[in-house]
Amino acid sequence: MDAFILQILNGLDKGSAYALIALGLTLIFGTLGVVNFAHGALFMIGAFVAVTVQKLFQFSYIEIDETKKDFLGNPLKVEMPYLDHWFGTSVGEWMQDWSVPLSILAVIPFMFALGYILERGLIKHFYKRPHADQILVTFGLAIVIGELVKAFYGANPIQTPPPSAFLGTIDVGVMLGFDPNAIAYPTWRMVYFAFSVVIIASVFAFLRFTTFGMVVRAGMADRETVGLLGIDIDKRFTFMFGLAAAVAGMAGVMYAPILSPHYNIGMDFLVLSFVVVVVGGMGSLPGAVLAGFMLGILQSFASMNEVKAVFPGIDQIIIYLVAIIILLTRPRGLMGRKGVMEE
Amino acid sequence: MSILEVKGVNKRFGGLQALGDVNLSVHENTVHAIIGPNGAGKSTLLNVLVGKLIPDSGSVTFDGQSVLGRKPYEIAQMGISRVFQTPEIFADLSVMDNVLIPCFAKRDGAFKMHGIESVSSEKQLIEQAEQMLAEVKMLDKRNMIASSMSRGDKRRLEMAMCLVQEPRLLLLDEPTAGMARADTENTIQLLKDIRTQRGITMAIIEHDMNVVFSLADRITVLAQGTPLVEDTPDKIKNHPKVREAYLGEAQV
Amino acid sequence: MLGLNSRDFKLFVIVCIMALAAPIILNPFPTGSALGQSFNAGYPALLQRFVIFGILAIGFNILFGLTGYLSFGHAAFLGIGSYSAVWMFKLLSYNVLPAILLSVIMAGIFSVVIGYISLRRSGIYFSILTLAFAQMSYQLAYSVLTPLTNGETGLQVYNGDPQVLMSAGDPTIPHLFGITMNGQSQLDIAGWSFTFQNGYYLAAIFLIASFYLSIRIFRSPMGLMLRAIKSNQTRMSYVGLNTKPYMLAAFVISGMYAGLAGGLLAAMDPLTGAERMFWTASGEIVVMSILGGVGTLIGPVLGAGLIKYLENIVSKINDNVLHGWFSFMPDWMDNLFVTIIHPFIGKGWHLTLGLLFMAVVIFLPGGLVQGGQKIMGKFSRNKTSDAKDGADTPAE
Repeated sequence: MDAFILQILNGLDKGSAYALIALGLTLIFGTLGVVNFAHGALFMIGAFVAVTVQKLFQFSYIEIDETKKDFLGNPLKVEMPYLDHWFGTSVGEWMQDWSVPLSILAVIPFMFALGYILERGLIKHFYKRPHADQILVTFGLAIVIGELVKAFYGANPIQTPPPSAFLGTIDVGVMLGFDPNAIAYPTWRMVYFAFSVVIIASVFAFLRFTTFGMVVRAGMADRETVGLLGIDIDKRFTFMFGLAAAVAGMAGVMYAPILSPHYNIGMDFLVLSFVVVVVGGMGSLPGAVLAGFMLGILQSFASMNEVKAVFPGIDQIIIYLVAIIILLTRPRGLMGRKGVMEE
Repeated sequence: MSILEVKGVNKRFGGLQALGDVNLSVHENTVHAIIGPNGAGKSTLLNVLVGKLIPDSGSVTFDGQSVLGRKPYEIAQMGISRVFQTPEIFADLSVMDNVLIPCFAKRDGAFKMHGIESVSSEKQLIEQAEQMLAEVKMLDKRNMIASSMSRGDKRRLEMAMCLVQEPRLLLLDEPTAGMARADTENTIQLLKDIRTQRGITMAIIEHDMNVVFSLADRITVLAQGTPLVEDTPDKIKNHPKVREAYLGEAQV
Repeated sequence: MLGLNSRDFKLFVIVCIMALAAPIILNPFPTGSALGQSFNAGYPALLQRFVIFGILAIGFNILFGLTGYLSFGHAAFLGIGSYSAVWMFKLLSYNVLPAILLSVIMAGIFSVVIGYISLRRSGIYFSILTLAFAQMSYQLAYSVLTPLTNGETGLQVYNGDPQVLMSAGDPTIPHLFGITMNGQSQLDIAGWSFTFQNGYYLAAIFLIASFYLSIRIFRSPMGLMLRAIKSNQTRMSYVGLNTKPYMLAAFVISGMYAGLAGGLLAAMDPLTGAERMFWTASGEIVVMSILGGVGTLIGPVLGAGLIKYLENIVSKINDNVLHGWFSFMPDWMDNLFVTIIHPFIGKGWHLTLGLLFMAVVIFLPGGLVQGGQKIMGKFSRNKTSDAKDGADTPAE
């Protein structure tokens, strides 16, 4: 039983990331009708925003500390981060420690602006073009973004630790009445899960309870009619692209401590997130979220040793297998609407 | 002799009874029109006839064989051709290729693993297609890309694609919808010619009363998913129930 | 001629000449010169890649170009072809003929299965399904199937392998009945030196055959049906045609082309790894076709050649070469330019590739062939009647 719960928990963080990316993909697909192969790259950029902020916070200059001597008796040279210099050591060190959560503040405007520019500058020229062209141009964009990141940050994963307060594990088992340490779950993963639930809930609330969201939902259902009502739906859709980019960016920032960012994580996640979208049902937001968590957990179960002993390698391919089975038996996915991308 | 028999067909969409106990028989060598106000179930009926929708109950037979549960291409191979509201043609291909493809389908069936001999070596089929194009007066446009033609020409091309297969039943779904007056007249004339020269059985769904009354031998009036009355055009014109249900709004 | 019309025949002859004379044509600069070092492409290793990826792109084009179904998993068949070929080397002998045969057959079998499932859906779903299959193959080749694929190390021939058909005098490198693939003859004229390699010519003959077959398929009733599927599936079924078997046939043919390319890759260099099936490899196939011109006969061959050529040049350029080029400028300008260009060269080839890819999709959706036609069209405005004649056959 405890092993069972542990696997569910282990699947949650990956599932959260899938869900967040799939949510953005679906928002873009549902509103703009564009299949965005560069969405994984946006997630990756988010992760690298965390890397960048961490680096910036650690920017330092060399200071000669007269009070300390090295072993030759010369004054010791120490690296003094600018942050410590400006805000005092305690604030500076706290900021460095908390660089990942603080990156959220940077990633929202940055990703939103990036999404806005991408939509206005590139994507909007592809609304009338065939889906194959949309796939191709965003695919090209994904390559370019990936390679740019590689050019600047190198090809190796960059460690991005969470705040030290979250370094340990939470003993979930004790809370549920199991033996101590039966289910020890890394604290940051729990934070990630909670964070993604908040984001997902906010997106849904936004779409549900604001006029803006209502118009967008109406537009997702029937774009032409909403256009006829005299609402400038295009502007709102541009905003949605920015929003989707910001969601992907936030998902990426917070994931950086779990998986050290490198330039290829975007594509790794994209392929899986697409599968998630297809399983959930193209154009269905709840479907995307549901399928994201489901597949994350499923993957985690498939990587249990007991399972792997029976089906070797199943953890590698479980998601693809599920997608193939779902597509063949329920072509519209779990919660797909009729008529979406069917002709 | 009746070629298409619809018996007791029912179809519900959720709470909506789209078709309720529809009985209909189309006789050979007649033009049978199905009319009715919007939402009367005309399109649903048509989709049942071509295998796109499966009714909840009832039977549809073509020449004694059930069409229910068959795929559109199987029904087409049985000899039913369909003309769409917006012409469905191979827009990226040349006019000639558009007509050649149905020729292949007629000769080779639903699928044939062709060799690598060239299309241009199929002299017989090409001749057949040329004759058909000549008949609809489009031979001079044979090398045009279909999408670059006017709407009226597209309609004629679609007609040619259907006729070249010598179908036993031609289904027409509002063939003049959205057409200019002149195009409508041309289409009526074209259909009349087809009727006199080829004697093809047609079932036509139409809004335009002018079209219906100048073509049809028999008319079925559909209202709320059920046939209201079936008769000759003259009788239909004066039928009180029909006037009330339908023609009142059409200013005949 | 050969069952081709005169235009196609001309094109075919041009491709034949290009393929057979490539070792000469692609060496325009004297061998020792600086230009020759940078831009000559007429050496075996690169020429092989031109023709092998040309075959791959021709095959991909039969699927994507004719039917519009965008497969994102074609590299899987390439990989399957390579693995099959290496296994033939391991089990039978270094003779490339059984190896290439098996690679085509295996790719065919796999594409029947993958195609049958993927083709149940169209559009974006089809692309994602093929991508999923390819990723699955890649993952499997890396992990569980290690006994078959030798995992991360990659599959190659070891001394202990059975090689049952191997007799004492046989070469211990890939060969065709004793003609070794890397055997070559050299021709030196003045400053030029041309290399004619057996392996290249084997691949070139396959390219010519593949190209010929692709012309015949394009012009056959099958090609017409496939174009019709791309154009309007609804009408297809209402004229009484079952699109599925036609699609599957196209998919399998295209998969077998990829298998052939994979087999040839192994024949040139008898080892292979899972990375040949990675999604970037699939993406590269798409790029080649798009760049050259999807749905045209010659486009994919051009695209494949150009991509491989650029890859070769761009990867070779480094900062020193750039400094050499810009040496006439003042130092600060020289440094500035080198800094700007630096990310795009050497290891930055993929960045250049991505940008090139986007540029083609955005500005030239018809690829180079269409671009060329546009330019030609501007020069021959007076020959409007000719242009009209050309309009009824799809773009060459």
